[in-house]
Amino acid sequence: MTILNQIINGIQIGSIYALVALGYTMVYGIVKLINFAHGEIIMVGSYFTWYTMSRLGAPAWAAVLGAVVFCAVLGMVIEKVAYKPLRNYARISLLITAIGVSFFLQNAVQLIFKATPRMFQNIFPGSLKLGGMVFSMSAVVTIVVSVILMIGLSLLVKNTKIGKAMRAVSEDKDTAQLMGINVDHTISFTFGLGSGLAAIAAVLYCSSFYQIEPTMGSMLGLKAFVAAVLGGIGSISGAVLGGFVIGIAESLTKGYISSALADAIVFGILIVVLIIKPSGILGRPENEKV
Amino acid sequence: MKQSILRNNKFRYLLNTLAVVLLYLLIIFLTSGGILNRYQSNMFIQIGYNIILAVSLNLSCGFLGQLPLGHAGFMSVGAYASALFSMAVDLPVYIEFPAALLIGGIAAGITGIIIGLPALRLRGDYLAIITLGFGEIIRVVILNLKFTGGAFGLRGIEKHSSISWVFLCTVITIFVIHTLLKSRHGRAVISIREDEIAAEASGISLTYYKTVTFAISAFFAGVAGGLYAHYLCILDPSNFGFMKSVEILVMVVLGGLGSIIGSVVSASVLTVIPELLRSFADYRMVIYSLLLIIVMIFKPSGLFGRYDFSLGPAIDSAFRRIRGLILRKGGAKNK
Repeated sequence: MTILNQIINGIQIGSIYALVALGYTMVYGIVKLINFAHGEIIMVGSYFTWYTMSRLGAPAWAAVLGAVVFCAVLGMVIEKVAYKPLRNYARISLLITAIGVSFFLQNAVQLIFKATPRMFQNIFPGSLKLGGMVFSMSAVVTIVVSVILMIGLSLLVKNTKIGKAMRAVSEDKDTAQLMGINVDHTISFTFGLGSGLAAIAAVLYCSSFYQIEPTMGSMLGLKAFVAAVLGGIGSISGAVLGGFVIGIAESLTKGYISSALADAIVFGILIVVLIIKPSGILGRPENEKV
Repeated sequence: MKQSILRNNKFRYLLNTLAVVLLYLLIIFLTSGGILNRYQSNMFIQIGYNIILAVSLNLSCGFLGQLPLGHAGFMSVGAYASALFSMAVDLPVYIEFPAALLIGGIAAGITGIIIGLPALRLRGDYLAIITLGFGEIIRVVILNLKFTGGAFGLRGIEKHSSISWVFLCTVITIFVIHTLLKSRHGRAVISIREDEIAAEASGISLTYYKTVTFAISAFFAGVAGGLYAHYLCILDPSNFGFMKSVEILVMVVLGGLGSIIGSVVSASVLTVIPELLRSFADYRMVIYSLLLIIVMIFKPSGLFGRYDFSLGPAIDSAFRRIRGLILRKGGAKNK
């Protein structure tokens, strides 16, 4: 494998990390919660797609659409049931609840579909020849879809009314409410949007790795979260940048150093960045008030 | 009069020692008297090291007010260090085992200082993330080293952890952390939790206290790791992942951040519940996680909040209540 191939691989996995990291960063920006259940949403999305396609025989586009809607609703329901009652309490209780939700989803899926890994069929078969290089179709689709979604998301946040509301709520919840913004709706929408992106990330992940299991969400979620922190949590362009950095670093480590040490190197990069610039690469430093 | 005796420090030490000895005799009676079977008796060992883990995490989480997510990393350093030591030397148990535990604790404590110095510059969620990162790095490094057995795990550790040893270590841990918190240094630690800026303005060195507390917390996690290693006799790096850290954190938060009795009770209950639910093996983790969410929604400060139990005042107030009842009864009769 040439170095260019490794980088393409890195961009492919990196764009999946970036999509998931967007969900983390939006939720963190708005409710200051590390949503540990986000990784599990990817897992649920994967199982939904697998079930509708291989058991119910649905066409791929319907399965993907179904997964997006299902995950978005699931994300909103989780927020309403588990996080909303705790919004005004200590953040650590919220964090523990998020961990509880993530445990619950993992074990519920394990109960229904058993712990054995399931094989996922390749949705995007074939390959693409371009200038003497061969790219797998799933890599091309993953990168193109992710880039379109990222551009769409940043347009949504910058130019629409709901995007403005999201920015206002993440800046100051109380003031936003005084300005006539429905804070509950905005938070709900953010969870739905993040979870929908996670569902698309799930489909893209499955089409490149062909295998799903109930615990697949935790490590994927953790790395995406690392990506979000690396880029500067709360910042959308930071999440994208962080995703690509983590993806490429991981792919190059696997290719040239050792695949066993890839996770350690990913976390090592995070630690170095946090020590040098605690707010992340593109994050704004927070001032401390007495 | 009674009040003055019970508030007397020497008398209270005597009372607490007596209570600990009674508890020990009760456990020994239950386990070797044929009342509990071998499987149930072993649960006391698990409860013991889980209590040490929870109480030590509570020190840095509930009292210092930080949020470390890498406690399992310290535990694994202690477990491997003490196991490697006891496998290398051949001494009588009563010298070898305490020495192994001490070495495990010190190794974890030094790791705590190395990690704490850079990590504690950050606060809140960032500290959580960076400790999580360090925890994962420790696990991956252990997985890739030769002398730790790598992914196959470390086998052939002698089984030294008996109920008596675990009980002794648990009592020492709780005693040390409790007395530390009641001392001048403990008040400094708690003041950092309440308000870092105010504490610093009052002349408390944040870096010193944060690092030392972090190291003490890591030390006891290492001791617990040593007990764990000499109980299971096999160490597998995959047991010390992020989920293990979360498991310990859940014990602390459910019991109440800043309550030692809370950690003790919730560590015991959370060790026993999964075993009780074993007959519903398929559903047990689902029930466990639902329980966690429900407790958090209805009692976000944990079951005990910041309440802490101490024997002297508790008996004192019980006496007073009984006396009040008797006096009231007597008064009613006189009328």
